[in-house]
Amino acid sequence: MSVAGAWRTRRQRYALVGEICPDCHRHIFPPRDVCPHCSQPAGPLHTLSGRGEVYSFTRMHHAPKGFEQQRPYAVALVKLDEGPMVTAQLTDVDLQEIHIGMRVEMVTRKLKEEGEEGQILYGYKFRPLMATGD
Amino acid sequence: MRGVSIVGIGQIPVGEHWDQSIRHLAYGAVSAAMQDANIDRADALYVGNMLSGILLGQEHLATLIADFCGLRGIEAAKVEAACASGAAALRMGYLAVASGLHDVVLVAGVEKMTDTPSGSTTAALATAADAEYESAHGVTFVGLNALIMQRYMYEYDVPMEAFAGFSINAHRNGAHNPYAMFQRPIDLETYRNAPMVAEPINMMDSSPICDGAAAVVLVPTDRAREFVTGHHRGPVRILASASATDMLAIHDRRDPLFLEAAHLSSQKAYLQAGVGPEEIDFFELHDAFTIMSALSLEATGFARRGEGWRMATEEEIGIRGRLPITTMGGLKSRGHPVGATGVYQVVEAVLQLTGQAGENQVPDARIGMTQNIGGSGATIITHILAT
Ligand SMILES: [Zn+2]
Repeated sequence: MSVAGAWRTRRQRYALVGEICPDCHRHIFPPRDVCPHCSQPAGPLHTLSGRGEVYSFTRMHHAPKGFEQQRPYAVALVKLDEGPMVTAQLTDVDLQEIHIGMRVEMVTRKLKEEGEEGQILYGYKFRPLMATGD
Repeated sequence: MRGVSIVGIGQIPVGEHWDQSIRHLAYGAVSAAMQDANIDRADALYVGNMLSGILLGQEHLATLIADFCGLRGIEAAKVEAACASGAAALRMGYLAVASGLHDVVLVAGVEKMTDTPSGSTTAALATAADAEYESAHGVTFVGLNALIMQRYMYEYDVPMEAFAGFSINAHRNGAHNPYAMFQRPIDLETYRNAPMVAEPINMMDSSPICDGAAAVVLVPTDRAREFVTGHHRGPVRILASASATDMLAIHDRRDPLFLEAAHLSSQKAYLQAGVGPEEIDFFELHDAFTIMSALSLEATGFARRGEGWRMATEEEIGIRGRLPITTMGGLKSRGHPVGATGVYQVVEAVLQLTGQAGENQVPDARIGMTQNIGGSGATIITHILAT
């Protein structure tokens, strides 16, 4: 991702800032210009709670360029409590204990180091929800 | 709108062609198709390709190929729709002929994937996904399909080995295809022992990284007989050409386990062709991963939701089965040179419909369907062909 691109998307990556559609009142993530549900202009910004559950997951044995050092890691589809689904890595978790339905919460972590000359990209990952945190 | 027919086909063996550049790969297929149709000129050349810019530093690809094939002056343009680029180029050619604008159109699909280290190729393939919200999180193209497969197995209580039959079928057919990358059969043991790529997807669920090129010549149906020579066994009509899209990212789909774009494009194609799924004699589907075979069969009306995997047997999908699929090896065994795949599928369908499929000939094949998928299901293009 370019430096400008990382800057443009910083709010959604650091804090899961999405939107609520003024027409159909559904939550949207990431922010869009048009609501994907009702095709009306999308609405005001709204920060998501960052809690949800694992809809599906995979353990990556082959990593793309820039992610080799993190191997092995798990990627999940996380269904957020407000409705939207996101693709993100799971962290602070025993890879063998991940299961569909697992409750998770968002944390900010390093996503990718783009080499000597490149930037370090930070963003959301998800970890198992602490028992006391609810 | 005019009817459109295919009067020439060409393909090169799929594999790792370290001795050939992308221009040579394309020339091999284009020249074979032109020879088959007995033409030395065309009005336009449309090239399906996904990765030439990112992997080879070569854009302006169709013009380069026209130049290299001796087609100076011809209209030429590259068409990109990720792994569905081949079918997207075919559809462009179809539209050009059907509209009456052009009489003789060349369509080629070409991809060169083995010049770069596999990490770079993997990262390039991931550009089919949402760069900011999928790929940025380190998920590969295999990983995205793994997310779908894991949920599918959970929701429908499907054992992993249930998918093996798709791979076994593909390799059984590829074994008799001289253009296939892997020309040997595999068994359940091979599948069980295959290393994991992204759980639950193993190496035997996945199509390989490879090079390839295929081409066809399109003309108006009412002029097709002029082009058919002794070499080619008769023209094949394109009864339907239909394309549809879904949300680019899996996480934005209404139901990640349903290929809405496959449903939409196949319904449009059935309507256009005036046939239903029960009249399709064979189906060249997009088995980039075994899970995609199951989902395609469900979305195009051959299996109920959650039951596509039950068709992974020889009685169902073998050459003499109820619905033969991947009859020349599919993406798994013939190989998946991404932007070329959609054109290979059509070349193979023409071989079936003209009785040139050899050991893999589907008996009495009259109507065939091809389906090319871009990304994890966001662009899906369906063609129906008949003699
Ligand atoms: Zn809305």
